[in-house]
Amino acid sequence: MIRLTHIAIALTVLLGLCAVVSGLERFPPPEFEGGYLMPPGPTTPHPRQDIYEYIDVGVLLAALSLASYLVLKVRKRRAIFVLMVLCLIYFGFWRKGCVCPIGAIQNVVLSIFDRTYAIPITVLAFFLLPLAFTLFFGRTFCAAVCPLGAIQDLILLRPVSVPGWLAAGLRVFAYLYLGLAVLFAATGSAFLICRYDPFVSFFRLSGSLNILIIGICFLLVGLFVGRPYCRFVCPYGVILRQFSRLSKWRVAITPDDCIACRLCEDSCPFGAIKKPTTEWPVTEYAKGKKRLAFLIILLPVLMVLCGWAGARLKNVTSRMHATVRLAEHIYLEETGEVAPPGTLGTDIINASTAFRATGRTVQDLYDEASRIRDRFALGGWLLGGFMGLVIGFKLAAVSVWRKRTDYEADRAGCLACGRCFKYCPAERLRRNNAKEAISVK
Amino acid sequence: MVENNENVTRRRFLRNGFYGGCLTGLGGLAGFLAGRSSADDMVWQIDPQICIACGNCATHCVLAESAVKCVQVYGICGYCDYCPGFHQPAARALDTGAENELCPTGAIKRRFIEEPYYEYSLEESLCNGCGKCVKGCAAFGNGSLFLQVRHDRCLNCNECSIAAACPSGAFKRVPAEKPYMLKDAAQAPDPEGGDHA
Repeated sequence: MIRLTHIAIALTVLLGLCAVVSGLERFPPPEFEGGYLMPPGPTTPHPRQDIYEYIDVGVLLAALSLASYLVLKVRKRRAIFVLMVLCLIYFGFWRKGCVCPIGAIQNVVLSIFDRTYAIPITVLAFFLLPLAFTLFFGRTFCAAVCPLGAIQDLILLRPVSVPGWLAAGLRVFAYLYLGLAVLFAATGSAFLICRYDPFVSFFRLSGSLNILIIGICFLLVGLFVGRPYCRFVCPYGVILRQFSRLSKWRVAITPDDCIACRLCEDSCPFGAIKKPTTEWPVTEYAKGKKRLAFLIILLPVLMVLCGWAGARLKNVTSRMHATVRLAEHIYLEETGEVAPPGTLGTDIINASTAFRATGRTVQDLYDEASRIRDRFALGGWLLGGFMGLVIGFKLAAVSVWRKRTDYEADRAGCLACGRCFKYCPAERLRRNNAKEAISVK
Repeated sequence: MVENNENVTRRRFLRNGFYGGCLTGLGGLAGFLAGRSSADDMVWQIDPQICIACGNCATHCVLAESAVKCVQVYGICGYCDYCPGFHQPAARALDTGAENELCPTGAIKRRFIEEPYYEYSLEESLCNGCGKCVKGCAAFGNGSLFLQVRHDRCLNCNECSIAAACPSGAFKRVPAEKPYMLKDAAQAPDPEGGDHA
């Protein structure tokens, strides 16, 4: 009997929960006779003051300036290393990794596509400052300021060299990651980069288990492969690579003449030192020329093909948007393929309950979902086109032969860490000469 | 030799062109976005009118102890003897016995004021943000208990993990100068309301 009443009560509660969402204020506040004083309302502790956000921007600016100075003028690995550790402590462990320039990509994209979202000026500064510095001084942000790079740089134990073709292939993933992050941010679905930030759990010393496992995997790989996230995943790195190609000043292994002694050849754990190359062999030249022409013709075909595939994937990609997920579930409920809310207890059921409580019509939801899906179709075309362009350019780059007489740092891939400086005998000579010149004075 | 020189010039010309393009592009983007930006930071908050108290706040926050806690607005509370936010739906007795309490951590304190009124106050350090009390209070009470992001605890992640898991879309970005969405005590229920429980 007791059990029956319990079931009855539980059912009533359940029904009540389905119908009522936010409370109706059913009972009037009592009029107390005993002189009871009502306690004050809930406390409202303030979030972090804005002034600290501006201080963060100041620290970023100072760190970038110092990093550029250390990399290009002082040219000492140890100084760069110290700054890197300090930045890891400040931006990583003290600021808990948020907001970072990598994630700020999404805030920028969201504020472009969503007019209701006003991007905080500090987040905008976090996005733009490293880009501007890279355009002038190369990737000094990666070298000493980025906490994600720093944590990987610290644990690099025994670097193995990744073959060039494999590195270039893996790097395609970074472009795809950037494209997807932009797509999901533009459609207001998710902040992909933040969701799968592998190191943020270490900075916060808490987080979800899945992300922690991904982070540990990255660190384990990072023991042997230099900065795997930076080189093959980082979507901000993709932008920085292109800017670094054009940078006004850049890292030179030595400012003096390269003597091609090969000593620096294996010094770079990131495979960013380019060896001298001979003239293009005559037999290869004609072949390469033909191949390049073919690839250039292939480029638009590749773009359209990838774009078509991207658009076809709209049903998959659009599931990242909560509204589309909900609409798909409601459709299944309406057609009777899954049980209605109240019988199961997952998040989507909660979402379904919440939706039913709003009183919106199902058709209205379907319309919105299909509008969102159309946006994903367009986004899929653009993303696919972008990926086709990237793959096409990567293929074309294989068919281009650059003549080089010196060992030099790859403009795009060089992370400006300064490891190669001490390997260069010409650099040592230069430094000794400078020291002697000072002591003579 | 001459040919080689020309090659360098052409490449340099292209590079300078791209460089200028990037600079202007970056400047243009900065200007465009600066016009749209706000000097104020954005923080996360729960809209209590939309929240369905599903319980995700307790489990999805990146902090081990969620930044979301329950708050009580006394001006809305009915001070009921049977509080659906405090007591189990099938409570055997309306007292503070642990078996009758709804809150899994015992964060709600029940204090007798005068017949038949009881004050329900929250001990924030015990609350884990599960929203069980919120659900009960919303279903059968006045809705004076509701969840809020506590900004002394919130890390303000760029993407809030709870917001990503929120089934009703109650999580919103709000300006940091107005960081709470509290139910207003001024909108207290009219005296001709329902019976006391």
